[in-house]
Amino acid sequence: MEATIPVLILAIPLFMFLLLGLLGKFMSHKMAGILGTAGMGITLVLAYYTAYLYFFSGAPEFVDAAGNRLQFLVFNQDWLQFYDKLVIRIGFLLDPISAMMLVVITTISFMVHLYSNGYMRDHHGVYEHGFQRFYAFLALFSFSMLGLVVATNIFQMYIFWELVGASSYLLIGFYYVKPSAVSASKKAFIVTRFADLGFLIGILILSFYTGTFNFTELTSAGVGENTFAVSLSTAENIKNIFATSAAPVFMGGSVLTWALVLIFMGGMGKSAMLPLHIWLPDAMEGPTPVSALIHAATMVVAGVYLVTRLFPLYLMEGVSLTIITVVGAVTAFYAAMVACAQIDIKRVLAFSTISQIAFMMVSLGVARPEFHEGLGYMASMFHLFTHAMFKALLFLGAGAIIHAVGSNDYTAMHGLRKHMPVTHITFLIGCLAIAGIIPFSGFFSKDEILSACLGHNWVAYVWMSLVAGLTAFYMFRLYFLIFWWKEHKVPQGHHQPHDQPWTMTVPLIILAAISCVAGFIPFGNLVSWDGVPYDFMAHFDWSVAAVSLVVAILGILIAWRMYCKENALPEKMRKALPNLWTWCFHRFYWDELYMFITHKIIFDRVCRPIAWFDRHVIDGTMNGLAYVTNKASFAIRGLQSGKIQSYVWIYLVGALLLGIITALCVM
Amino acid sequence: MDITIIYYLIPSLIMFCCGVYGFITRRNMIAMLISLELMLNAVDINFVVFNRYLYPENMEGMFFTLFAIAIAAAETALAIAIIINVFRSVKNISASDLSQMKH
Amino acid sequence: MFSNILIYFVVIPVIMLAGLALCRNIKQIRAVAVTGSLALTALSIYLLVEYLGMRAANPDAQMLFTGAWDWFKPLHIQLAVGVDGISVAMLILSSIILLTGSFASWKIDPMPKEFFLWLILLSTGVFGFFISIDLFTMFMFYEVALIPMYLLIGVWGSGNKNYSAMKLTLMLMGGSAFLMLGLIGIYYHSSADPSQLTWNLLEISKNGAISTGWQYFLFPMTFVGFGVLGAMFPFHTWSPDGHASAPTAVSMLHAGVLMKLGGYGCFRVAIYLMPQAANDLAWIFLILTGISVVYGAFSACVQTDLKYINAYSSVSHCGLVLFAILMLNTTAMTGAIMQMLSHGLMTALFFALIGMIYGRTHTRDITKMGGLMKIMPFLAVCYVIAGFASLGLPGLSGFVAEMTIFVGSFEHADMFHRVFTIVACCSIVITAVYILRVVGKLLLGPVQDEHHLALTDAEWWERTATVTLIVSVAAIGCFPEFFADLIRWTFNSNIFSVIGMN
Repeated sequence: MEATIPVLILAIPLFMFLLLGLLGKFMSHKMAGILGTAGMGITLVLAYYTAYLYFFSGAPEFVDAAGNRLQFLVFNQDWLQFYDKLVIRIGFLLDPISAMMLVVITTISFMVHLYSNGYMRDHHGVYEHGFQRFYAFLALFSFSMLGLVVATNIFQMYIFWELVGASSYLLIGFYYVKPSAVSASKKAFIVTRFADLGFLIGILILSFYTGTFNFTELTSAGVGENTFAVSLSTAENIKNIFATSAAPVFMGGSVLTWALVLIFMGGMGKSAMLPLHIWLPDAMEGPTPVSALIHAATMVVAGVYLVTRLFPLYLMEGVSLTIITVVGAVTAFYAAMVACAQIDIKRVLAFSTISQIAFMMVSLGVARPEFHEGLGYMASMFHLFTHAMFKALLFLGAGAIIHAVGSNDYTAMHGLRKHMPVTHITFLIGCLAIAGIIPFSGFFSKDEILSACLGHNWVAYVWMSLVAGLTAFYMFRLYFLIFWWKEHKVPQGHHQPHDQPWTMTVPLIILAAISCVAGFIPFGNLVSWDGVPYDFMAHFDWSVAAVSLVVAILGILIAWRMYCKENALPEKMRKALPNLWTWCFHRFYWDELYMFITHKIIFDRVCRPIAWFDRHVIDGTMNGLAYVTNKASFAIRGLQSGKIQSYVWIYLVGALLLGIITALCVM
Repeated sequence: MDITIIYYLIPSLIMFCCGVYGFITRRNMIAMLISLELMLNAVDINFVVFNRYLYPENMEGMFFTLFAIAIAAAETALAIAIIINVFRSVKNISASDLSQMKH
Repeated sequence: MFSNILIYFVVIPVIMLAGLALCRNIKQIRAVAVTGSLALTALSIYLLVEYLGMRAANPDAQMLFTGAWDWFKPLHIQLAVGVDGISVAMLILSSIILLTGSFASWKIDPMPKEFFLWLILLSTGVFGFFISIDLFTMFMFYEVALIPMYLLIGVWGSGNKNYSAMKLTLMLMGGSAFLMLGLIGIYYHSSADPSQLTWNLLEISKNGAISTGWQYFLFPMTFVGFGVLGAMFPFHTWSPDGHASAPTAVSMLHAGVLMKLGGYGCFRVAIYLMPQAANDLAWIFLILTGISVVYGAFSACVQTDLKYINAYSSVSHCGLVLFAILMLNTTAMTGAIMQMLSHGLMTALFFALIGMIYGRTHTRDITKMGGLMKIMPFLAVCYVIAGFASLGLPGLSGFVAEMTIFVGSFEHADMFHRVFTIVACCSIVITAVYILRVVGKLLLGPVQDEHHLALTDAEWWERTATVTLIVSVAAIGCFPEFFADLIRWTFNSNIFSVIGMN
């Protein structure tokens, strides 16, 4: 495969960023919107073409004779050399997951670009201030995210990992005059930065022992020029390198485990796993299309993607997979609980995102090659794909509602179904998909995850089924509260909410359509942990499917009972469990805990004392030295009186003393 | 009675000590100048005497004394000029009171 | 003598000084300053091209463009010049910062002529220092670079300038005292043959006559001597006060270039000439510099004066430079020099922007400003870019330098180095905290002071200065291998064979 198209896939968004960023203020708003959307459209076509070639062309660099999918290095350019072996390269690795991610990112990004043409205006069609900047940042984000997924080595991934973090910072803080947006963007960056510290140290450990950053050298074996196949024996070699090193164990865990867990920490930060999840709900301060693109569909799954990239290594250390499972399972449950008590609809969606990503994490954590050809891996990627589509749909739908109503709280909505029919139907499809109702896409991917859980450990299965039920409940709670509950009351001075212009509804319809049919994609044929295609329907477990369907319908029914028509039941429930409700509403006080740690401990107990120490002790010493010198010179200044007679007197006395001493010595 | 070198040196020593004493104790600059002259003259006597007793065939001591007297005269003239100028500006020639000239 | 290109790095500033002396008005002064610094920039880029060609032709030479002329024969003092990749990089850095500094002090007041005279004299010292390979002339240029600082801060500074100027000068002079002792000590042990004593770096290193015992004494002397200028903990307190009081261009030159003299000297003199002691005593200074890195960052978190924040962040970043130098391996030391380049450019950018903001709002207190993004978008965007460079965003210079340092430091497998490497890594988080804190308070959010609404955005000379610096920062960040290769060459030669450096 030629490198031209892959280079263009990265170059077009970057060029768009520079163009709109530098020259944006010289062009009209409309022009900027069209340019940005067109640029992304071209990228979309190129990415689809690339993915099509990869999956279906059957070219020898993509599929070997046995039909197994290979990893192909389209190009790999040296960027910075540390020493002979350790080189950061910027390249383009095409394999099942990166090809799939190319499709996901460009699809969602294009939808968001299109949608924002309508969203970033007010009701009179006047563009928002900084519209060009918005498109520039979107392009920067798309570039960074694409660079991340096609990374050929872990350091390239880290580079783009940081860049997506920065573009997320810029986009969350898009409304920079709003203090809440500013602090949310700061929080997002710092929390993920903290996680990246772990990622960085993990990379340092891994590269120190293995002497390479390249994914292809860590997890796969070469089968031809620039083509590789996933290989467990390579991963075993890596494990052996660690096991035979001078100090293979550190504080109870093997060094490889430490490295993998630290790298996973980076993933926890980006994917908002407990306890590093606190930034994601606040990130909803950004414009809604941004939430759809970055904080629902693409960037937040980077953590999952990172683990899948290094999956063969994680397989080597069962402990690290267990940690991933536990973190994922706890986060999934926690986020689902919190989502049940939020008022802000974007927060509900944010917590549901956290919960769904945790599903993917659990799925990876329970994936083993022994069970159904590593079903969990495929399920995780499948869920990533379907989730990206329906969650972007839900966010864009929520954006349409917010745009129409002018508030984020469901208390200002209620009963919108008659006013916004298109939004209503698409939102319902999104809810059905995430709840896991057959035949919508979420049903299939979630079912695979639950099957994988069952194959590994029944506790995980029961737990995740419970969370799946909760998901159905809170999503339909949200749905009923927005579209039903009671008749919509238009506040004084506002006009009737209505469906939005075509730029906003078309993406909704497209995404809804994808959510309806995506479940039927034979995903196992495309993506599997070792590239060997298989028919996952062969392992389709109807009992698991039936149970999950029943659980989901149960959740929906409860939500329907509680929220379909205005009634006193929710209030009663809240009264019955006041503590649980308060804790859920306050997100189990994680933010307060972090506030306490950062402000009361780090700022007040570390930074301030250090600053004080610097000003008073260190500077005090220096000033003290100067003071002593000054005082000493004042003290001996009297000797230099300028009075010649005293000089003579001192001279005489000195001369006499010298004479006496000399005389004594001579005698 | 034989006049030895010591007969010259003792008066010159006394003169020198008087000069030193006067120089240290007196505050009046004219008096200090006089004390200075006293010391110089004591030294001059020594030059002459040592020349006469130790190297009678040479005359360097004598010459040196003449030089010293000449230079002392010039120096005195200069000093008195300064003192007069100081007196004109501050109406005082006491050395201890003239400390502001340091600055 | 004048056939050697390096001499012109001193000749041009001297001509500039003469030209300035003849100037009659501000326009002529600006013309001289800009022309001269442009000439220096052009010269340094020409030198880079020439150097790359020469290096390809002489792959084994440690220094190129060498030349030596006797200056005071009885003491073997020479004017000896020569450059390697590191010096070339430093010369480019200095000329760019001098150029942008001239633009940044476009409206300096009062006494522009005297200001530029001292500024150019200072840069004469800087350029002379980087081209010298004779310890004595090196030291002389070092002092020439330090002394004008006193007047520049004392006369054109702001705030508590007398105190700051005095403190800065005295502390740096204190460092110089150590340094001079060290240098004289090196001179007297430079050769086994007492009649062949020399100040020439290359010859001293070739002779290798400094006994290990003397190295143990002389290494700390020279390292601390230069370390004071490199803002090593606990000798860094001149930096916050000095920078806070200095006028814009002086802050830029001082943080951008003069602090690099410290790091460069530590490497070129202390470690290069006394590798054995460096190897044995590195741990002491690793502790100090490791503390510098986090200590500076933590201190910066609670400051409210923009210049103090930046000065403490310089303590942290320059601490990282010395930290990496002491790791004594190719990767980390390459990273150290890249960090010097990167920090020089981005801190100059910071100080330039702070000066421009201060020139408009007349305050540097971040609690008294806010929402500047709306009022002066150009300056604010530049500040955000500088902030991103400082917190190590890929694509800008900070990232490549820090990563090279961390990877290099991690090559040491023992617990001591590991712990300190991880401590140093933590600075990337703390840096993000204080940078984003400033960005959030200063640039974003609602406008704090109504009077600020009337302020204007950057003028063309200010734009020139900031854009030049941003382009340089991005150039290093996007094409790091060019610079890394330029620097790494020095370490590839067998100079560190004594301690088995890889």
